[in-house]
Amino acid sequence: MAEVTDQDSADGRGSVYRVAGTVNIARAATTQREIDALPDPLTIDLSDINRMDTVGAWIVYRTVRDRGAKVIGASRDEVGLLKQVGEFDVPTRVVPDEPHDLVSVLRELGQWIADTGATLVGLLGFFGATLIGFGNVIRRPKRFRVNAVVQRFDVVGVRALGIIGLMSFLIGVVIAQQGSVQLAQFGAEVYTINLIGRITVRELGTLMTAIMVAGRSGSAFAAQIGTMKITEEIDAMRTIGVSPVEALVIPRIIAAVMMMPLLAFWSMLLALIGGGIFVWLSLGIPPLTYIQRLQEVIPMTDLWVGLIKAPVFGFIIALAGCFQGMLVQGNSEEVGSRTTTAVVQSIFLVIVLDAVFAVFFSNIGWI
Amino acid sequence: MIPPGEVPPGCTPVITVHGLKNSFGEQVVHEDLDLAVCRGEILGVVGGSGTGKSVLLRSIIGLQTPDEGEIEVLGENMVGRTEDEAKNIRRRWGILFQNGALFSTLTVAENVEVPIREYFPFIKPPLLDEIASYKIAMGGLPPDAGPKYPSELSGGMVKRAGLARALALDPELLFLDEPTSGLDPIAAAAFDQLVRGLKERLGLTVFLITHDLDTLHAVCDRIAVLADKKVIGVGTIPELLALDHPWIQEYFNGPRGRAAAASYEGATA
Repeated sequence: MAEVTDQDSADGRGSVYRVAGTVNIARAATTQREIDALPDPLTIDLSDINRMDTVGAWIVYRTVRDRGAKVIGASRDEVGLLKQVGEFDVPTRVVPDEPHDLVSVLRELGQWIADTGATLVGLLGFFGATLIGFGNVIRRPKRFRVNAVVQRFDVVGVRALGIIGLMSFLIGVVIAQQGSVQLAQFGAEVYTINLIGRITVRELGTLMTAIMVAGRSGSAFAAQIGTMKITEEIDAMRTIGVSPVEALVIPRIIAAVMMMPLLAFWSMLLALIGGGIFVWLSLGIPPLTYIQRLQEVIPMTDLWVGLIKAPVFGFIIALAGCFQGMLVQGNSEEVGSRTTTAVVQSIFLVIVLDAVFAVFFSNIGWI
Repeated sequence: MIPPGEVPPGCTPVITVHGLKNSFGEQVVHEDLDLAVCRGEILGVVGGSGTGKSVLLRSIIGLQTPDEGEIEVLGENMVGRTEDEAKNIRRRWGILFQNGALFSTLTVAENVEVPIREYFPFIKPPLLDEIASYKIAMGGLPPDAGPKYPSELSGGMVKRAGLARALALDPELLFLDEPTSGLDPIAAAAFDQLVRGLKERLGLTVFLITHDLDTLHAVCDRIAVLADKKVIGVGTIPELLALDHPWIQEYFNGPRGRAAAASYEGATA
C-alpha cells in the first residue's frame, strides 16, 4: 500500500509525494488523485516502492511532464521504465472528430437525403440487373439452377407452413371473437362469417403472410448474401465466372414469388378454419352452415384480389432482401443493420403496395 | 533434453499442463499432453495443421473445458473455475487472437480502453486516454490509428492494435495466436522485434503459437512441438533436432526450415 506524505518542508521545496509498496494499474486512480491534490512544486520519492508497472510509470511520467515534478530515489529499473513510457508519449485521439453544430446537422440531413436517393436508384438498378439475369436464364435455360430453386422452395415455403398456419389460425379466432362481440350489440352475430371470410381472403391472409415471409425469408436473404459478401464469396463467384445474380438472387426471387401465393392461400384457409371453430363453439353455427355461408358471402374476386397481390409482395420482399445483402461491405455489424433495413423496407413497401392495390381493385369494380 | 511436462532447473513455472485430454465427439485432439512454460521466456508452439495448437491455447485460457487433465496458470488451477474466480487471472494476462478480434464498433483506442474500463472503472479520462495512447504507441501503431475503426485498418495494423489491447492491463503473461500470419515478411520481422522488445522491457512471459520459422529463430527461447496428440518435445531448435521425430526433421530441415536457419545465422554472425 502506498503511503502518502504531504510535507510542506521548511526549505520551501513544496510538497513531497512518497509512495511505498506498489504503483500499478490497480492503484492508478488513487495515485493520480493523491498527486493531483498536492501543490507545486512537487517531488516524487520512489525510494520505497517495490513494484511499478507501465501505468504507474506513466502517472509519474505525466506528472513530471505536465507539472515539472522532480523524481528522486528511483532505482535503475524504475528509471528505465520511466524512460520507456516516455518514448511512447505520442498522444492519439480516442474517437474521430465529429463536430456537433448546425452545419453538421445539415450535412447529415443532406447525406441522408443523398443516401436515400442513391438507395432508390440502386434498387432500380438492382431490379434492372435482376431482369437482365432473368433474360439470360431464359435465353440459356441450362444456366437455370433447378436445385437452388427447389432448395429455396423448401426453406421459404414448406418450412414456413407451421408458423404461418398457426399465426393465421389464431388471427381467424381473434377476428371471429372481436367481430362477434361488436356485432352482437345489434344482434348481427351471423355477420361474423362475412367479416371473417372477406377480411381474411381479401386482405389479411396475404398481408400477414407477406409480413411473416419478410421477417423469415427476407431477413435470411439479406443476412446470407451479406455474409457471403464479407467472406468474399461473391467476389470469388464473379472471378470464377458465376453471376451472383443468377446463382443467388434469381433462385430466391423465384422461390418467394412462387411460394407467396401458396402460403397466402394456406393462410386464408387456416384463418377461415380458426374463425369457423370459434363461431361453431361460441355462436353454435355448425361447420356445414359456416362453409355454405362462406360460399355465399365471399365473391370469387376476393380470392383473386388476395392471390394476385401475393406474388408481387413475394417479389418485393426477395428483391429488398437480396439488394440489401448485396450492399453489405466492411464489417459484420453491417450485416445486422442491412438485414434490419431489408425487413423494414420490404414490410413498408408491401403495405404501400397493398394500399395501391386496394384502390385499384375497388376502381375496377372488384368490391 | 527434459520431458515436456517437467520444469527445467532455475525456472518458475507460469503455465503447467498435465495429462490434458481434449476431444470433439469421436475425434481426439489431445491425449495425455504435458507442458510447462517458465516465467520470462518466450515459448513457441508449433505443429502441423489440425494438431490442436489453438485448442491447447483455448484450454489454457479457459475457453474450452478439457475432458481430462490439470491446467495451472499463474499458480491458479484453471479447470472447473467459476467466472468470478477466473476474473482475477484474466486481469493478469493478455491475449492476441489470430484475427485480432477487435470490437468492430469501437475505435482502436476504445478497444484498448475496454479492459481498463472493465477492471478499473475509476481510471477516468484524460489519464485513461493517455494510457490508451501509449499502449497504442507500444503496439507499434502511429498516433493517427487511435481514432480509426478496425474496418479501416490493414491486417498488420489489426494485429498491432490487438497487441495493444492485450497489453492494456500490463499483463504478466501474453498469449499470441499466430501473430505474424498474413503479414508481409517485413511487417512480420518488425512484429517479431516488437514482441522481443516488449518481453525484455516488461519482463513478459509469452506463449506464442506460430507457423513462422523466422519467428521461431528470431524470437523464441524454447519451442514446444505438438504432434501425435501431445507435446513431443520442448527445447531449443538444436535440442529438438536431436529428437529423431520425422515431423521435426521435416519441419526444421525442410527447404524453408534451412533457409530460415541460414538467414538467422547470417544475421547473428
